[in-house]
Amino acid sequence: MELTKKNEGQVIIKPPISSVGIPGWIRENLFSSPFNTFLTIIIISILWFSIIPFLKWALIDSSWLPDANCKASGGACWSVISSNYKIILFGFYPQNILWRPITAIFMLVILLFISRNRNYWNAFLGYTWIISLVIMGILLKGGIFGLETVDIQKWGGIILTLLLSVFGLTAAYPLGVFLALGRQSKMPVFKTFCIFYIELIRGVPLISLLFMSSVVFPLFLPEGVSINAILRAQVAIIMFTAAYIAEVVRGGLQGMNKGQFEAADSLGLNYFQTMRLIILPQALKIVIPPSVSILISAFKDTSLVVIIGLYDLLKTTQVTLSEPKWMGFSAEAYIFIAIIYFGCCFFMSNYSRKLEKELDTGL
Amino acid sequence: MNTINNKNSEDISFWYDPDKRSILYQIGAACLFAFVAWYLISNTMANLERQSIATGFGFLHKEAAFEIGESLIEYSAADRYARALSVGFLNTLLVSFIGIILTVILGTFLGVARLSKNWLINKCATGYIELFQDIPILLQLFFWYAFFYEMLPSPREALSPFNGLFLCNRGLIFGIPQAHPVYKYMAMAILIAVIIMFLLKKWAQKRQDLTGKAFPVFYTSIALILGLPFVSWLIGGAPTEMSVPVLKGFNFKGGLTISPEFAALLLGLVLYTAAFVAEVVRAGIQSVNKGQTEAAMAIGLKPGQLLNLIILPQALRVIIPPLTSQMLNLTKNSSLAVAIGYPDFVSVAGTAINQTGQAIEGVLLIMIVYLIFSLSTSAFMNWYNKKMAIIER
Repeated sequence: MELTKKNEGQVIIKPPISSVGIPGWIRENLFSSPFNTFLTIIIISILWFSIIPFLKWALIDSSWLPDANCKASGGACWSVISSNYKIILFGFYPQNILWRPITAIFMLVILLFISRNRNYWNAFLGYTWIISLVIMGILLKGGIFGLETVDIQKWGGIILTLLLSVFGLTAAYPLGVFLALGRQSKMPVFKTFCIFYIELIRGVPLISLLFMSSVVFPLFLPEGVSINAILRAQVAIIMFTAAYIAEVVRGGLQGMNKGQFEAADSLGLNYFQTMRLIILPQALKIVIPPSVSILISAFKDTSLVVIIGLYDLLKTTQVTLSEPKWMGFSAEAYIFIAIIYFGCCFFMSNYSRKLEKELDTGL
Repeated sequence: MNTINNKNSEDISFWYDPDKRSILYQIGAACLFAFVAWYLISNTMANLERQSIATGFGFLHKEAAFEIGESLIEYSAADRYARALSVGFLNTLLVSFIGIILTVILGTFLGVARLSKNWLINKCATGYIELFQDIPILLQLFFWYAFFYEMLPSPREALSPFNGLFLCNRGLIFGIPQAHPVYKYMAMAILIAVIIMFLLKKWAQKRQDLTGKAFPVFYTSIALILGLPFVSWLIGGAPTEMSVPVLKGFNFKGGLTISPEFAALLLGLVLYTAAFVAEVVRAGIQSVNKGQTEAAMAIGLKPGQLLNLIILPQALRVIIPPLTSQMLNLTKNSSLAVAIGYPDFVSVAGTAINQTGQAIEGVLLIMIVYLIFSLSTSAFMNWYNKKMAIIER
């Protein structure tokens, strides 16, 4: 083709209409080859025959109001949710003072929202977290300021799920950091103990630890002393999560440049100063994204406490479903709590991806 | 000079020598650990005695006295606990084994789809991965179990997409060939075919190294693996009799039944783990540099050779380690069977704990079994990493 100079009356030939705009995009991305065309048609037909009936079931034929006559409609029975949402979300928490857990959860959500922005990560936010957690505890437990006391045994539903995951993670993180440091330590006793602990916990399923907390742990205590089931499960979750966090943190520690240790030594810092001032601030920053994925799996894993009979979100749903009136509407109820779990996890995993991009300084 | 000499000599005060201090710390920690252990053990002993619970693994030889719904080996309530536990162990192995195979297939498929240039396929795969990764596995298991139990009709109104296959709330029932000695020989024929295949591959490699002539190993292997069993089936008299399920009373007779518990567990585990495997496969494929493909094409390799000799060996090195840990996760997650009533090892051990009260031994057994799984997996990983490590010049 002949090259023309820019400013002289050049003829610009546009690309053919079939390769730009919407038709071009469709051609390029859906029908680029016979095989792709075939796949596209198959997928579209599968979607057509599954999504349309599903939407019809879930939205059009469905009944939404509490105590509606579900059997007649033939569609989804969301009434199982609208009639029982208090039990599903809050378990056996006294229903006249539900404003307290709702306020606590609201506080948690606002705090999480603020903490998303890394510009606010400072000591002040740390103190805010501690104070807020105490306030949330008071709100839930009551007993002072004229608030009615609510026994921990009655905490259920989403309160329990959040309690187990938030406290589980805040307690497991420092423990995990200590285990990781112990594993890297030069002292054989600490090192052996940490390796043994980490490998043991990571080798067994969480459910065996939960069994241990529910049936074996009471045997460890002296006669007359007992610890309630929620706390025991909480300890099991902390022990389990800590081992995984330890491995993640160890990855960060191993990624540290040797020069950092040597520089700290030459400044005359002792072991704890070196770790607190030099190594951990850098190592923990590297491992923020993998820590978030641990957070996600810890959050999902709290659902396992169903098996030892605690009333978390999943169990309260099953309690609702075991009522004769609501039998047979499992799908609707499970879809509802699946949406809750999915929403939380999706938010966290998106956040982790965003952080990964932000923290990736190209070094 | 004097001070330096002093430092090197032995008269540093005890507290300023980090080595000596660390010994002290360790002795302290070991003592603390021993004290805590002693305290817990003595408490436990006292409690066990007070509640008159037996100790030790003697209970394994007692009569189990409970039935197990599904079993690969013969089992009755009159058998001993040891046998009940091995039934559970085999069930765990069965669901993990089938689950791992299906997961790898589905995961690879999704991982490739995730990289597809077809927008629709790409988005569907991405959506699937997001959705199934972010819902707890236990919830998924409950959902599938409810699906099999509540939403499917009773045996009388069983769905039957084609003859010989029934789907109802008693599970998935389908016809299988009637038992005949020929099938034993066919299994042996497959085994023989695999051995021949292995030897053939070695021979072909040697010949290619010596003479440069290639041998169509792939097609010969396929012919062998399909042909040998077929020939043995023909020799055995070509039996075609089928055991077809028939509705009798409230349930089906004949055929093979896959229980709703097993189906729900398998489906849940496979769909959940496949989402993670898909991400592993995608990362593996993306890790192979595009230049590798171009270089291979430039030296004239065919597409099949390109995949076999260039792409796969490099991608697998990245894929295998996280893939094994996903397989291990699947095995560990199979312990959730206890929640939907499939008799896996944890479920049987749980029943044993309830009946005998010997919680410590029961939990210990569960932990040992899973530790064996994970230790053998990590042993395999170490071996594999050593074998696959890039030998640098």
